[in-house]
Amino acid sequence: MKKYKFQLLSLLGATLFLTSCGNNNGQSGKSSGALNSSAAEKVYVAPGEHDEFYAFMSGGYSGNLTVYGLPSGRMFKEIPVFSQFPTSGYGYSEETKPMLNTSHGFVPWDDAHHPDISQTAGELDGRWIFINGNNTPRIARISLSTFETEEIIEVPNSAGNHSSSFVTENSEYVVAGTRFSVPIPQRDMPINEYKGNFQGALSFISVEPEHGHMDIKFQLIMPGFNYDLAHPGRGKSHGWFFFTTYNTEEANSLQEVNASQNDKDFIAAINWKKVEEYVNNGGGTKVPANYAHNVYDESTHMATSTMKKEVLTVNPLDVPGAVFFLPTPKSPHGCDVDPTGNYIIGNGKLSADLTVHSFDNMIAAIEGKKFDGEAYGIPILKFEDVLAGTVKSGGLGPLHTEFDGKGNAYTTFFISSEVVKWELGTWEVKDRQPTYYSVGHLMIPGGNSKKPFGKYVVAMNKITKDRYLPVGPEMEHSAQIYDISGEKMELLYDFPTHGEPHYAAGCPADLLKPKAKKFYRLDENKHPYAVLSPDQARVERKGKEVHIYMSTIRSHFTPDNIEGIKVGDKVYFHITNHEQDFDVPHGFSMIGQNTSELLIMPGQTKTSLWEPKQVGVWPFYCTDFCSALHQEMQGYVRVSPANSNIELSWSLGD
Amino acid sequence: MKTIQRLALLFTLGFLISCGGKEEKKERVNYGKKPKVETKKEEPKSDVVPASKRITLDNKGVGKIKNLELSATIDNAMVERGAALFKTNCTACHKTNKRFIGPNPTGIMERRSPEWIMNMILDPKLMTEEDQCAKDLLIEFNGAAMANQNLTEQQARDILEYFRTLK
Repeated sequence: MKKYKFQLLSLLGATLFLTSCGNNNGQSGKSSGALNSSAAEKVYVAPGEHDEFYAFMSGGYSGNLTVYGLPSGRMFKEIPVFSQFPTSGYGYSEETKPMLNTSHGFVPWDDAHHPDISQTAGELDGRWIFINGNNTPRIARISLSTFETEEIIEVPNSAGNHSSSFVTENSEYVVAGTRFSVPIPQRDMPINEYKGNFQGALSFISVEPEHGHMDIKFQLIMPGFNYDLAHPGRGKSHGWFFFTTYNTEEANSLQEVNASQNDKDFIAAINWKKVEEYVNNGGGTKVPANYAHNVYDESTHMATSTMKKEVLTVNPLDVPGAVFFLPTPKSPHGCDVDPTGNYIIGNGKLSADLTVHSFDNMIAAIEGKKFDGEAYGIPILKFEDVLAGTVKSGGLGPLHTEFDGKGNAYTTFFISSEVVKWELGTWEVKDRQPTYYSVGHLMIPGGNSKKPFGKYVVAMNKITKDRYLPVGPEMEHSAQIYDISGEKMELLYDFPTHGEPHYAAGCPADLLKPKAKKFYRLDENKHPYAVLSPDQARVERKGKEVHIYMSTIRSHFTPDNIEGIKVGDKVYFHITNHEQDFDVPHGFSMIGQNTSELLIMPGQTKTSLWEPKQVGVWPFYCTDFCSALHQEMQGYVRVSPANSNIELSWSLGD
Repeated sequence: MKTIQRLALLFTLGFLISCGGKEEKKERVNYGKKPKVETKKEEPKSDVVPASKRITLDNKGVGKIKNLELSATIDNAMVERGAALFKTNCTACHKTNKRFIGPNPTGIMERRSPEWIMNMILDPKLMTEEDQCAKDLLIEFNGAAMANQNLTEQQARDILEYFRTLK
């Protein structure tokens, strides 16, 4: 007992000592070897406690978005967006299949890239998060209350939807710039006639303020370059959007070499407010198009897909003073604007240096009409006139930059595998830390907005190698979290990420925690096949179609015995979960069904299609361990031959 | 040696059989045979009254409802709302004409206090952890835990008013 007390005391002492050390660290800003032990404390979130930040990591080729906690690096959820997700039935259930509809038909997958949280007055507002599908160009909007995908809009005239999905200061627009230039409209033509014929569409998709519904306001049809990344202006540069370009050579083959010939490519500066005004006054040309607009309705728990047939295009030359090119060295990749809105950073990925343009200089050059020629009629500003400074980093392969809101910027270097901290204005490098390995994006919560929360930076690495126990040739990518509250960055922790996170977005936990939905209200369920009380549970036949209106609660299905189904029927199970409590989903799976299970949230209705092929008595059961009697949550369907006379009947407990 | 073992085995078996016989006079489970339809179910003969039959009118249960006075007359508007709420939120497990997954609420006002009923509706988890009657009911009903349907106090009160009409 005494010994125990002594241990407690020494533990207390040690804690005090560590705490005071931590404080000193904050003041002196010097991270020493003795503090390495505190790295563990900084990422440790005690059992039952919550993380300080949410982090939304793009899932890359998984097509989805994953939700993590920072600083712990624990994953909480995978949100299905562009990919079918058997875990919940997304893209398999009758209600969600329309979410993945496109002009090419049902596309069960995409390559998800850059998540961005909606903003009001340049600050994260936590209403929605947007993410782009790169392969079959689409933008998705995800609710940050239900953490479910609510809307997906396809982007016509685009290919490789890479310079997206970034939002303007008040979420007026989410942009979708094309990486590939293509024939607009698409047509049969020789590939080697690319130069001068292909074009690149920059789409401005309006976001309706109340529900977030998306609509393509206009597409700016630009020269046939590759539009790589983008960032909106902030504060004084609000109303402008900046896009990096490469392949201004307009090469159509072996771009690895042929697109790296020009010493400088461009950052395209778009005055979208000017273009908006132009189209509001009737400008632009409506052209035929074909693209899907898929909307999920939370009250009917159903998605609908509508094909849109027209899009408004704008020729930049028709809006004088709206589009300019800023020469930027060496195939710039990342395009980032600092929180004040004055500095536009272009990371020339084949360079060692960062190019920082000044918005003020740009405006002065435009007003002074100091142009250095034009490209396809678009004025090119003089590099020296717009340049604010160059960061001589000493690293190689700069990609992306985020900000801490304290006058510092953090840039990733892919080739030299490091994060470099530098100061805005002096362009002086203040610190550099290795990453493991080959870092792509980085993320500071709010780090691309007017108000960053500069406590941690997460580096998202492309190559994992020896960081974890080997699991064969395929490894999850690795992320690293650094404490950036002091003068020097301190590596705290490694954690694996799912798919390939191209970028992430983070925000303080308190922004989302209080409004996260706990369950759907049954009395708000407007699903046409919902069963709102168990006495409505029934089975109806319409020719070969059979509709089973089923309800669930711990721990039974109503009905659980069904007879009169025949081989060749199309059987729809419409299942309503009657629970009205947090975290009590029920699952549903039917033997031999050629689809995934359903996971039905409390108050929700979902539908699964089963086409029985064999005579017999076939069981179904709940897949989510819902109560002590979960193993009892099951039922049978009797399947008779196609010519059988067995009457349709159903029951529970009698 | 063998004889002793055999004797011991016999003795043990005998003991087990007689024990079982004394406590359970329930119909034997007939594996593989359908129960006869006309068989009347006999109540298990036990000194302990099952929780569903027990009268616990003095017990107010555990939870936020500490004291509740019922008016002399029944409020029909509340009954109507309560019946509708009961239908959507409760009938998956409670039927008013028989015991089902959970107990039959008909006649509940003669067995339970209004406070106990309200507390059970509003926080079944707390009740089954801390109230003896609720604990016993959980056991009697095969461990089928009552679901929290997240009703408001007013909604639970409407359901209670509806229960007053079930006699």
